[in-house]
Amino acid sequence: MGPWQLAWRRLRRNRVAMASLAVFFVLVGCCLAAPLYAEHIAGRGPTATNATGTIQIDGKKTFVVTPDGTPIGPGLHKQYLLGADPLGRDVMVRLLYGGRNSLFVGFMAAVITGVLAVALGLAAGYFRGWGDRVITNLFDILWSFPVLLFAIALGTALALGGLKIGPLNIQGDSLWIPIVIIGVVYVPYFGRPIRGQVLSLREKEFVDAAVAQGMRSPRIMFGEILPNLSSTILVFGTLIIANNILLEAALSFLGAGIQPPEPSWGGLISDGVNQIYTAPHLSLVPGVAIVIAVLSLNVFGDGLRDALDPRAKVRLR
Amino acid sequence: MSVTEPAATPGKAKDEPLLRVEELEVSFATEDGLVQAVDGVSFELKPGEVLAIVGESGSGKSVTAMTLMGLTRSPNARFGGGAHYQGTELIGASEEELRRVRGAEIAMVFQDPMTSLNPVHRIGDQIMEQIQEHEALPDQQARERTIELLERVGIPRARDRIDNYPFEFSGGMRQRVMIALALSCDPSILIADEPTTALDVTIQAQILHRIRELREETGAAVILVTHDLGVVADIADRIAVMYAGRIIEEGSLDQIFYDPQHPYTWGLLGSITRVDRARPERLPAIKGLPPSLANRPQGCHFRPRCPHEFSKCIEVPPLEARVKDQPDHRDRCWLSVDEKRERREVRPGEIGLPTKDEPEEAPAA
Amino acid sequence: MFRFTVRRLLNMIFVLWAVSVLTFLIFMVMPGGGDEQAALRIAGRNANEAQVQTVKREWGLDDPFYAQYADMMKKVFTGELISYVNQVNVREEIVRGIPRTASLVIGAGIIWLFFGVVFGVLSAIYAGRFTDRALNVLALIGISLPVFWVGLVLLYYLTDRIALFPPGGYTELGDDPVDWAYHLILPWFALSILFIGFYSRVLRSNVLDISNEDYVRTARAKGLSERRILIRHTLRNALIPIVTLFGLDFGAALGGGAILTESIFGLQGVGQYASDSIGRLDLPPIMGVVLYGAFFIVLLNAIVDILYAYLDPRIRLQ
Repeated sequence: MGPWQLAWRRLRRNRVAMASLAVFFVLVGCCLAAPLYAEHIAGRGPTATNATGTIQIDGKKTFVVTPDGTPIGPGLHKQYLLGADPLGRDVMVRLLYGGRNSLFVGFMAAVITGVLAVALGLAAGYFRGWGDRVITNLFDILWSFPVLLFAIALGTALALGGLKIGPLNIQGDSLWIPIVIIGVVYVPYFGRPIRGQVLSLREKEFVDAAVAQGMRSPRIMFGEILPNLSSTILVFGTLIIANNILLEAALSFLGAGIQPPEPSWGGLISDGVNQIYTAPHLSLVPGVAIVIAVLSLNVFGDGLRDALDPRAKVRLR
Repeated sequence: MSVTEPAATPGKAKDEPLLRVEELEVSFATEDGLVQAVDGVSFELKPGEVLAIVGESGSGKSVTAMTLMGLTRSPNARFGGGAHYQGTELIGASEEELRRVRGAEIAMVFQDPMTSLNPVHRIGDQIMEQIQEHEALPDQQARERTIELLERVGIPRARDRIDNYPFEFSGGMRQRVMIALALSCDPSILIADEPTTALDVTIQAQILHRIRELREETGAAVILVTHDLGVVADIADRIAVMYAGRIIEEGSLDQIFYDPQHPYTWGLLGSITRVDRARPERLPAIKGLPPSLANRPQGCHFRPRCPHEFSKCIEVPPLEARVKDQPDHRDRCWLSVDEKRERREVRPGEIGLPTKDEPEEAPAA
Repeated sequence: MFRFTVRRLLNMIFVLWAVSVLTFLIFMVMPGGGDEQAALRIAGRNANEAQVQTVKREWGLDDPFYAQYADMMKKVFTGELISYVNQVNVREEIVRGIPRTASLVIGAGIIWLFFGVVFGVLSAIYAGRFTDRALNVLALIGISLPVFWVGLVLLYYLTDRIALFPPGGYTELGDDPVDWAYHLILPWFALSILFIGFYSRVLRSNVLDISNEDYVRTARAKGLSERRILIRHTLRNALIPIVTLFGLDFGAALGGGAILTESIFGLQGVGQYASDSIGRLDLPPIMGVVLYGAFFIVLLNAIVDILYAYLDPRIRLQ
């Protein structure tokens, strides 16, 4: 049985990890089904306001938002399942739509980080010389920027004016702004360990063998070294997505991530900060969603790592 | 199953065995089933004796050695049988008892000198640590003793180098440091687990030479675990050959080299390349592979690879002395002694196992 | 060792210089930043063209790129950097914020290092058993919590529902040490949770890996007690990467990574100042804060490297 099949078998047997993955997929599924929920259950979209409306709760006619500005909280009613916000919007609907945005950003940013970190790490580790020095210095400089400040700075600036590089023209309020920012910011964190691994893989005999066979560099890099990085990349992958979700939430919370009126989990939390004492559900609920998403990814990532790299601690039958 | 020795000379305490291993069993529960690494191993070690345990990878020799010191610590390990050392039962002993014995009475030299020393501590400190753990010596004296030990194992400028870190030494030097460490508290038994496998052939000879000298000086008994019969010829008094978890032959150096009783031993002897003979067309090797320890053949473990196997081999042959006048020479082969002496010479004067080119002899009924 | 230190210091200076250039460029080039906007902001909303031009001249905003950069760098070193928005001296603001940020980060740092190591070691010693599993669950939850949300949860439950702690704010250490600590307990907790989870997992992994190393086996064969093996052999090696990690995280937190916690709890530290300035696209404070932050990160990076060399003789002597 090849190592990948072995790993897959081990992973399948890890019930906690598989359950975690299922939870994550369910969460993603729910978010993807946001329009369906909005239309058939809640009866309103994420931006539909209803500041003066009323709904029936337990047979009583209740204001969605009381005259002094307090919205209703979560309860077992189809509309406003998780309560309403001061503008009368349905929190559950916004949560699901926000989830679509947040998860999308987290995932795509991870793709960017992955591709850049692997490409740069591979190039730096394999070719060494001045290319390596340039890339390592680049990592060092990026690394030295306080991550959060850097992301906030870029996020704010780009949100205002958009990104115009040559033919690339991205609007300031596009989702791609936070995607690119988050994607780039984490590159040194993963590029460095990849470079380190490439450096040590490079010294191994199978590389010498490939060179002796007359293989050329790109082929060696992609055919020999890259496959050996795959398990690291896979494990890093889940980690990166989890971290991205957290970073995106932080950025959106500060107004430097996903721009309103597009909902996002971090944005929802920030919307609710001013009413934390009167309507705590506004800020607390989106956080729970974030925790579920990130936790399920982390637990699964653990299981993945155990499956790919089991230690001497052998499992008993 | 221990055989009580008739005292050669009454009252001679030297013949009292230092270590008596009885039916030692070690198994591991793994994903793929129960792996029986050591399957009923018994032997004795007399004071000052050099016992070589010889076998291929996977024969169980290292696990045996480690288990004697309680160093087999996998949570999936299961132990059986016993190992008696001077009144203490080592198998299943408490950590405290083992700690008393480790280093001070039984010491070990490991296979890979590159990784066996802590990289962040000086070698002098690492040796003094063992000394001061077992003996209440003040720092200065411990240091002097350490310098002396380093000189004895052949480290030049020991007085300076005592403060060096492991990475400042070559592999051979590090192994000497390990030997110095092992001998620092004057143990009665030195266990050397493949001490030269990771080293150059030239250094190998030096290290073995040094071990032999030190044995002469200190009177310690040595258990030398190795896969290399050539290494053994130089320094062993007795040899125990292990295969797939069992000892399949044991005897004195001369007995094993000149009167081997088990086909596996013949194979081992036959596969040594000899300088004093003409080169064969092909390097002789024992055909086949050692069995998976999770799934061993019934009866004699060597049966599937043995060109001389016959119907009785399906029963486990007990380890018994079968040669007349050689009460300490035991083996696990059902063939009669005469059959063995006949079959083991593939060519006149040459012991080995028949290869494909040799005609196979018909097994006796 | 000396050459090593010198090289690190030079590298530090280079990186800081590169950071300053990069920051300057980003804000000059980005829309919303740049000379025009800055002049407009200083002149005020209702200024006419002439007033804007005057401002530009006075503030040197119509000078070429590199002149402005050189001028700004000079001001950084002489402490004359002034905000475009409210004419407040940047250095004073930062200096005012440092003790608050430092109180938060140093306190949290001690807490997370201590508990991270203790939990990590416990998990490793009891690997596979209940303690380990429980601690691992806690650690996983810890690293999955958004810091700012934790702060909000703490504020709601522990300062409002049950008024156990003050709802944010900061008291000078000099004025009232007890009150100072009292105000910092929740922020310390919020900031450390993530790191405790992370560090305990890393340490657990390191300790388990090293326990399987040959030299630990040798130590055991020497007859040493388990406690001695753990401390002098296993931990002595397992903690080295933790030192590196802590240095980096501490530097990053000191350098502004505590923004979120500071904002939620209203601590008015450097992080909060940074976040406000960024919101206003006010270049001088941004430059000041970024350089301040980068300085700490780079400084701690260098300290960590030097410490690593001290702890691991292989690095030191080769």
